[in-house]
Amino acid sequence: MKYVDEYRDGEVAQGLAQAIAAEVRTDRRYNFMEFCGGHTHAISRYGVPDLLPPNVRMIHGPGCPVCVLPIGRIDLAIQLALERGVIVCTYADTVRVPASGGLSLMKAKARGGDIRMVYAVTDALMIARDNPDKEVVFFAIGFETTTPPTAVAIQQARAEGLKNFSVLCCHVLTPSAIMNILESPEVRELGTVPLDGFIGPAHVSTVIGSRPYAYFAEEYRKPVVIAGFEPLDVMQAILMLVRQVNEGRAEVENEFTRAVTPEGNEKAQRLVSDVFELRRSFEWRGLGEVPYSALRIRDTYADFDAERRYGLEYWPVRDNKACECGAILRGVKQPTDCKIFGTVCTPETPMGSCMVSSEGACAAHYTYGRYKDYEASAT
Amino acid sequence: MTNHVKKGYARPLDITHGRVDMSHGGGGRAMVQLITDLFARHLSNEYLAQGNDGTCLPLGKGRLVLSTDSHVVSPLFFPGGDIGGLSVHGTVNDVAVMGATPLYLTAGFILEEGFPLADLARIVESMAKAANDAGVKLVAGDTKVVEQGKGDGVFITTTGVGFLPDGVHLSGDLARPGDLLLVSGSVGDHGVAIMSKRENLSFDAPILSDTAALHGLTAAMMASGATIKVMRDPTRGGLAATLNEIAHQSGVGIHLEEAAIPVKPEVEAACELLGLDPLNIANEGKLIAVCAAEDADRLLAVMRAHPLGRDAAVIGRVLEDANAFVQMKTRFGGRRMVDWLSGEQLPRIC
Ligand code: SF4
Repeated sequence: MKYVDEYRDGEVAQGLAQAIAAEVRTDRRYNFMEFCGGHTHAISRYGVPDLLPPNVRMIHGPGCPVCVLPIGRIDLAIQLALERGVIVCTYADTVRVPASGGLSLMKAKARGGDIRMVYAVTDALMIARDNPDKEVVFFAIGFETTTPPTAVAIQQARAEGLKNFSVLCCHVLTPSAIMNILESPEVRELGTVPLDGFIGPAHVSTVIGSRPYAYFAEEYRKPVVIAGFEPLDVMQAILMLVRQVNEGRAEVENEFTRAVTPEGNEKAQRLVSDVFELRRSFEWRGLGEVPYSALRIRDTYADFDAERRYGLEYWPVRDNKACECGAILRGVKQPTDCKIFGTVCTPETPMGSCMVSSEGACAAHYTYGRYKDYEASAT
Repeated sequence: MTNHVKKGYARPLDITHGRVDMSHGGGGRAMVQLITDLFARHLSNEYLAQGNDGTCLPLGKGRLVLSTDSHVVSPLFFPGGDIGGLSVHGTVNDVAVMGATPLYLTAGFILEEGFPLADLARIVESMAKAANDAGVKLVAGDTKVVEQGKGDGVFITTTGVGFLPDGVHLSGDLARPGDLLLVSGSVGDHGVAIMSKRENLSFDAPILSDTAALHGLTAAMMASGATIKVMRDPTRGGLAATLNEIAHQSGVGIHLEEAAIPVKPEVEAACELLGLDPLNIANEGKLIAVCAAEDADRLLAVMRAHPLGRDAAVIGRVLEDANAFVQMKTRFGGRRMVDWLSGEQLPRIC
């Protein structure tokens, strides 16, 4: 598949690296946050930091849907599977997220819970059709890109009169999380972490458009570049951010001209707002309660809302005390600042959210970058 | 008067429409019939025909190499192969990469009640062909039947026996700084073939499993005179797991060049789609070898001359590293670690 290689070409990367090196000012630092876990993954997997000057630092943001799922939400899904005998369908990474009582969905499965890993919500619908005598719940996670398919599934279930299907909705919103980070005292008042700009995820903007970011650019004076997920996209976005910073601009720019418009996909937005409404507040693992940062199912579709259908009550559960995910997600700390990184907390035994999926900051550093810590300590 | 006495008074096994039932594992006549009419028919040889509780084998010269492997792949029939051939290749390869000549196999079958005999026959035929091609004889076997829902069609455990000439010693702890690392061909084919079938992905050219017996390739490599220190077949966990094992066993670091690692474009594309890394994906017909740097060219030429090593390449080198890290220079120009997988990437692929 030529399409893939084209965007990863080593020579082009070197050219971009030279351009970045030529344009950065040596008398300052540049701290950019890539919001999305997909970017974190690309940066670590292709070794992008090796191509950046030492004063350009990438901070991994909270945009990994699996990592930000709070323990209490996983507990609800486990409760459905173990206590209510429901078939719980979910995306693969979700099954490893540690929950209360030493459980995870994977461990709940080993205890007899009927938990199925699916690639798409349509698979969950299929399972519901095939098991009319069982209740089926789709554990819906993800940012704006995964929301429209869930909305379609709920509409479809209603159109078909599918009585045994419902959704445990944990869909979250990108702009509210970015705002939460910008509003955090470390960033806003103390200025301990100068965040100089953001790389925004292109696939989210194909849905919501680039306009929601205009607010950050204006209100917080932070440049935003919307970028695709290939490592070259990321390099190009870094170059554009460096230029904005140098020129004192704070604008929303679009590196990913391939599919992003200011308005986004209005049809998808209408679809989402037909089925979902804003939650007043939602707990994010690592960030805590973030106002208006997630979606719930509207009253008109209440039958398909697992929370109402089973009278589920959400209980917040604290993360391990040593876990520094919150500070890492705000860019205040790095994975190696956490006392239990790589000892108690590893990808096999994740203690906190950033270690769960390969897109999380701690897992990415553990899997792709920990050798550098040894090199650093040797010199 | 016509003679109504027929041979054995037995109703032949209905392979076309029949299914495995509990009696096929019960130790009675039905079990004997399944063994003689299906297994022995395809797999028999002078040793299996001994028909005793154990098989008596002549001892060859040198040392014995033993390896055992259970196969639980789902689906049982996948693009490029099936569980039957796979169960032979998997074990033959484990013996072959020790530098040994694989000679004998044993096979244990766990069949699920209700499994179509026609499918079982296909699997056994495929085993017979694979064993024949690999020059190994199936010398002992066992069959058990479990109730419906307690198995998944067929599970097969095979054990392989081979002989290793005195003086030959390959081992994971022999890699030394300066050695070079070779791979016999494209990585990730098997796991992606299974996955694309499971997820119903369709590609212009279907991705086929690379399942194959490597005894011929290993024999040619051993005969080349090159100083080979380690050979492994990177099955579950893929290249990444195998290289980490070697790095740890030998207490060395390994540096890979991503651009040198052969990956088929369609495998690359499927991995992209499924969010997988080809380096973590299982192979069933590939091997990696660590050899002295000065012998690498000669070894590479021998590998490329063999049909199963046509795309062989030097993909990295061994160097000193007390932490035994496997690192890679990415095609993009950066560096990263190549780590063991955490959790499972693809369940039930072999
Ligand atoms: S290493 Fe684990 S516990 Fe520490 S911050 Fe990362 S996820 Fe949290």
